[in-house]
Amino acid sequence: MKLLVCVSQTPDTTTKVKFSADNTAFDTNGVQYIMNPYDEWYALVRALELKEQLGGSVTLFHVGPKENETVIRKGLAIGADSAVRVDAVASSATFVAKQVAAYAKAENFDVVFMGKETIDYNGSEVPALTAELLDMPFISYANNLKMEGNSATLSREIEGGKETMEVDTPFVVSCAKDMAEQRIPNMRGIMMAKRKPINVIAAVAAEDLATIVRYDYPPEKTGVKLIDPENMDELVNLLHNEAKVI
Amino acid sequence: MAVLVYAESLTGSIKKSALEAVTYGKLAADALGTECIALTIGKADGAASLGQYGASKVYNVSTADNNFDSQVYAAVVADAAQKLGADTVVFSHSSTGKSLAGRVAIRLEAGLVTSVLTAPTNGFEVKKGVFSGKGFATYSISSANRVVTIAPNTFRPNASGSDATVETLDVAVPAGRVKVTGQATVDGVVPLPEAELVVSAGRGMKGPENWGMIEEMATILGATTACSRPVADIDWRPHHEHVGQTGVAIRPNLYIAVGISGAIQHLAGVNQSKVIVVINKDPEAPFFKAADYGVVGDLFDVVPRLNEALKKFKANN
Ligand SMILES: Cc1cc2nc3c(=O)[nH]c(=O)nc-3n(C[C@H](O)[C@H](O)[C@H](O)COP(=O)(O)OP(=O)(O)OC[C@H]3O[C@@H](n4cnc5c(N)ncnc54)[C@H](O)[C@@H]3O)c2cc1C
Repeated sequence: MKLLVCVSQTPDTTTKVKFSADNTAFDTNGVQYIMNPYDEWYALVRALELKEQLGGSVTLFHVGPKENETVIRKGLAIGADSAVRVDAVASSATFVAKQVAAYAKAENFDVVFMGKETIDYNGSEVPALTAELLDMPFISYANNLKMEGNSATLSREIEGGKETMEVDTPFVVSCAKDMAEQRIPNMRGIMMAKRKPINVIAAVAAEDLATIVRYDYPPEKTGVKLIDPENMDELVNLLHNEAKVI
Repeated sequence: MAVLVYAESLTGSIKKSALEAVTYGKLAADALGTECIALTIGKADGAASLGQYGASKVYNVSTADNNFDSQVYAAVVADAAQKLGADTVVFSHSSTGKSLAGRVAIRLEAGLVTSVLTAPTNGFEVKKGVFSGKGFATYSISSANRVVTIAPNTFRPNASGSDATVETLDVAVPAGRVKVTGQATVDGVVPLPEAELVVSAGRGMKGPENWGMIEEMATILGATTACSRPVADIDWRPHHEHVGQTGVAIRPNLYIAVGISGAIQHLAGVNQSKVIVVINKDPEAPFFKAADYGVVGDLFDVVPRLNEALKKFKANN
């Protein structure tokens, strides 16, 4: 199995989000970055499990500048064999999808893995964009994937339940919770990762068709109204008459 | 150049999220000075009613079955958009919509923004939540064609006007490569992303055996149940109930959090709820800072009391 895992980096989940003074940019000052959890915990680990079971290779794919290599090294430490980094700023989902497609087209991967979304822009866009560019079937929000020969059986999250399906390779899959269990890199993995190759390639031209023009903060809560724990009728009354939600 | 809304009907009838999508489509069409038309694929009971939410016309592309393959459906939607002269395509931000929007955007060379919260203004600027609810970003789409998915529970459908005529649209349906083999949904429960009322509980519950009172509250209110991540991780509750930054992100009208501390990752998935009620015995719990109403007390006393009060209220209303 020749497997590609696309990984993104996102601000750490404890980040206090700040924007530039004119609200046109995300303020990256002091922000710690992590590998996007869906990419790391589910996409990468499931790909590694399939490689362990069926043989083959796992290649990481990342679009970003050199300083992002910390995240790539972590993926290599968890167990990926090699990595490709497109030396460019990931300026939009369309831009990233075009980089994945341009690289993957000639490489004949059996499965292209991604996380279901990134936890910064929450777009859930790159997987479907890439699948269309590669003219491949796409299973989104998969929480189970089994391979037999070149056919796969999957299940995915749908509203209020799940759906099961079958598809042959090659295909694109975006991974959600339950797909696999997070793996913590061990010392040996970390040492080995230092010697694994990161192939740096140039970006293909791609236009951003949607760009961010402005950021805003969520409205501040005006303060909590505390209710006497003995008086739940009061809470019900407020929810009905003041908040008007029941 | 019309606004085309793909109205989902994977189970054979029009879904609530489709009504919201058409409601949005009408708002967008008004803003752009054009009309809103709806597209259904396969069996779609109730399609004519989309007229009541703003679709001036409904088109149906017939298929042998409602087997969902994003490649097939995207080809149909993109072809329909071209045939019908639509430059803006609207999807629900659902498991189906998210699988299709990107594919259709590539086919139409369209700019894509997902989970939008506003109708387009100023050319085509739309706002969405980013950083899991810690901020908002306004996107501008520069391309001639645009694709958006709309956030759930944001554009409330209000029936007015009359049914639309449903016309068959002749679009080729390509052969698919994905075979759907089964679908299992929990009947009678509103799925979390669509729920308007959510009752959620965390590690403060001490154990899964104590969830009866949470389920009781949900039943009284007609609410959907949710939970914090550790509770799902230790299998006190099913995984699909996990809300937060790495779980389901929700924006209900009412979110009641019982025995949840309000960690930043939890808040990220729920802080767009309209009204938040927190029940926690620790007055210093961070959740109180994000709450509208708070009850400082032992949940094992407070929740049964709240359930009684809710029952009394329901009996009188
Ligand atoms: C990368 C990452 C991603 C994460 N993603 C998520 C996510 O998506 N969703 C999520 O929920 N968490 C997430 N977490 C975990 C998060 O940091 C918290 O650990 C978690 O939300 C805590 O769950 P809790 O509030 O149920 O438990 P606790 O933090 O243990 O809080 C329990 C609360 O119950 C209260 N309590 C106890 N007994 C009683 C009683 N008798 N009566 C009233 N109150 C009582 C306590 O005062 C306390 O506030 C993530 C963490 C990381 C690192």
